[in-house]
Amino acid sequence: MVLGLVAVLLFGGFIRDITYQLQSDYVERTGHLQVQRKGYFLYGSGNPAEYGIRDYEKILSRLKDDPVLAPMLVVATPTLQFGGIAGNFAAGVSRTVYVSGVVVDEQNLMGEWNDYHRRVLRKHLTLTGTSPDAAVIGTGVARVLGLCTALNVPNCVAIKEPSTPEASDAVMPDDIASLAESTRGAKPAAGGASPPRIEILAANAHGAPNVTGVNVVRAEFQGIKELDDVYVALHLAKAQRLIFGNDPPQVTAIALQLQHTAQLALARARVEELLAEAKADDLEILDYETLNPFYGQTLSMFAAIFGFISVLIGAVVLFTISNTMSMTVVERTVEIGTVRALGLRRRGVREMFLAEGIVLGTVGCVLGIVISIVLAWAINALGLTWTPPARIEPAPLAVRVAGEYLMILGSAIGLVVVASASAILPATRASRMNIVDALRHV
Amino acid sequence: MPGSHDSPPLRGQVLHPVVLKNVARTYRLDSVDVPALVAIDLVILPNRFTVISGPSGSGKTTLLNLIGCIDRPDHGTIIVGGRAVQELSDDALSDFRAQHLGFVFQNFNLLPVLTAFENVEYPLLLARMPPGKRRHRVKRLLAAVGLADFGSHRPGQLSGGQRQRVAIARALARRPQLVLADEPTANLDSKTGAEIIELMRRMQQMHRVSFVFSSHDPKVLEEADDAVYIRDGRIVCVERRRTPGESRP
Repeated sequence: MVLGLVAVLLFGGFIRDITYQLQSDYVERTGHLQVQRKGYFLYGSGNPAEYGIRDYEKILSRLKDDPVLAPMLVVATPTLQFGGIAGNFAAGVSRTVYVSGVVVDEQNLMGEWNDYHRRVLRKHLTLTGTSPDAAVIGTGVARVLGLCTALNVPNCVAIKEPSTPEASDAVMPDDIASLAESTRGAKPAAGGASPPRIEILAANAHGAPNVTGVNVVRAEFQGIKELDDVYVALHLAKAQRLIFGNDPPQVTAIALQLQHTAQLALARARVEELLAEAKADDLEILDYETLNPFYGQTLSMFAAIFGFISVLIGAVVLFTISNTMSMTVVERTVEIGTVRALGLRRRGVREMFLAEGIVLGTVGCVLGIVISIVLAWAINALGLTWTPPARIEPAPLAVRVAGEYLMILGSAIGLVVVASASAILPATRASRMNIVDALRHV
Repeated sequence: MPGSHDSPPLRGQVLHPVVLKNVARTYRLDSVDVPALVAIDLVILPNRFTVISGPSGSGKTTLLNLIGCIDRPDHGTIIVGGRAVQELSDDALSDFRAQHLGFVFQNFNLLPVLTAFENVEYPLLLARMPPGKRRHRVKRLLAAVGLADFGSHRPGQLSGGQRQRVAIARALARRPQLVLADEPTANLDSKTGAEIIELMRRMQQMHRVSFVFSSHDPKVLEEADDAVYIRDGRIVCVERRRTPGESRP
């Protein structure tokens, strides 16, 4: 019984920690809530410019300055995301990419969110302190664009690597080159090691193609290949210039990160009020779970695994206690005969053993909870880490039991019920004993 | 369970004899029917020391079990306390035993996890007697059997004689009409056995309760007011050694 509850709580605590880590990852990247143009979440990837938020700075100010919302906010930050084509025309290669334009300092602030007191936090973005035309790309993008050597990408085998840009036979088309020339940033000082340069082509707000050149400061693995093969991060202003040019800049989302996830419902309600006051009828609010369906799917998967393991452990506990109770009934046969002779009814015998099963379960639960908390503390103190799927940095391998009252209560009640149920058959058997045979038992 | 009411005080009340008419009991052992009792007709007078004696396998314990309502006859009538008990349901029999009968066993059969006090208290808990009244009665009974200072001892901490004293106190807790004792001195030395018999005699006179023993101990037989001799499941003879109402010298 004790072992069963310890197993359930430790496994449940491990899953709780993974859940908090997953939630933290999404909250760090996308915030708790995002304000977007209606329809952007479903259709915007095809035409982000069409779904840009106009006057986003006014909306940001309204949100940040609101006396109700402000105490709940950690960060309110704009982002611009769109699809395009990244090209290393010196190497004659290009590939479709998904570009994120961000305010780096605010993204770094989001990365410091730690409501669940995790040991390992996300590092600052590599774009921190870089020039406005700097970019970070996924290692998959670097591989396809032939930048493995230039960016020192480990374990990267490029199909084609240019010896020098001048020696390459590939030439950027003139019209693209002319577009790119207008957005080229300052050349690095003579004698300095310059980062490789790529061009990004995208449709601007008017539907016309636009190109900008960026200096790739680093290639970073993004955790999963599908993202890593298309990832490009830019400073927000650079991304806005590419899409909106000289027009007023827009963003595709305003991300809001709260102090605590528990504030989400309240914050959402307040943001809805503020948007209504601003008559922003074309905007909607999405939470991190909607923005990241994988989160809900992962939680469902863990719930199914936890449920299965709990049932399995419950079955083991059921048979173990039933066996123990059966042996107890046999050992106490004379006692059963005696109390029946003294006048205890059959039902009284059954209730006596059922009560013992319940007490056994309850005492086992209390012990199991205490041992689980101690063991969880010991495991956490070891400082173990592991790298979950779709993550770049290692995460602490931790077990959260203390403070998880719902999990503790649910597991404890479940196992008490199982312990009680396991006493039913032995109790019934005890109540049906013949008194004479029981008194004669040796 | 029986209600909170207890057996009424016995002083001045009519005490019923135990009557067995044409009672038989057969056991089935490995597809063989073994007759334990055959055509038993017997009257056990109230407020007496009655000993059922006979060799091993004669049916003493079976007879005691039937009188004690922990077994049912195959046919015949058993009247205890004015009631035909063979017709009662299992729950009714349990209630009847709790209210009207007490038991003293050869192996004492105390509940090992309870103290002496709690063992004596157990039948009173079944009767849902109020705690204060319960405590008072238990203390008096333990004092009556000479164990006033041993209430907190568990059976494992008591001698054989002391355990049997606790068992006697337990048997008398609800002031039964009848106490059945199956070989109560068999596991005791002769001195202790004699003390237990003396104690039971004293309790019988104090509480005006009938004691029915099964025993083949001659010393127990000496104390009997009535002796029932049984052999091969049949009553051989019944000796009335003292007339009803005659005091023991």
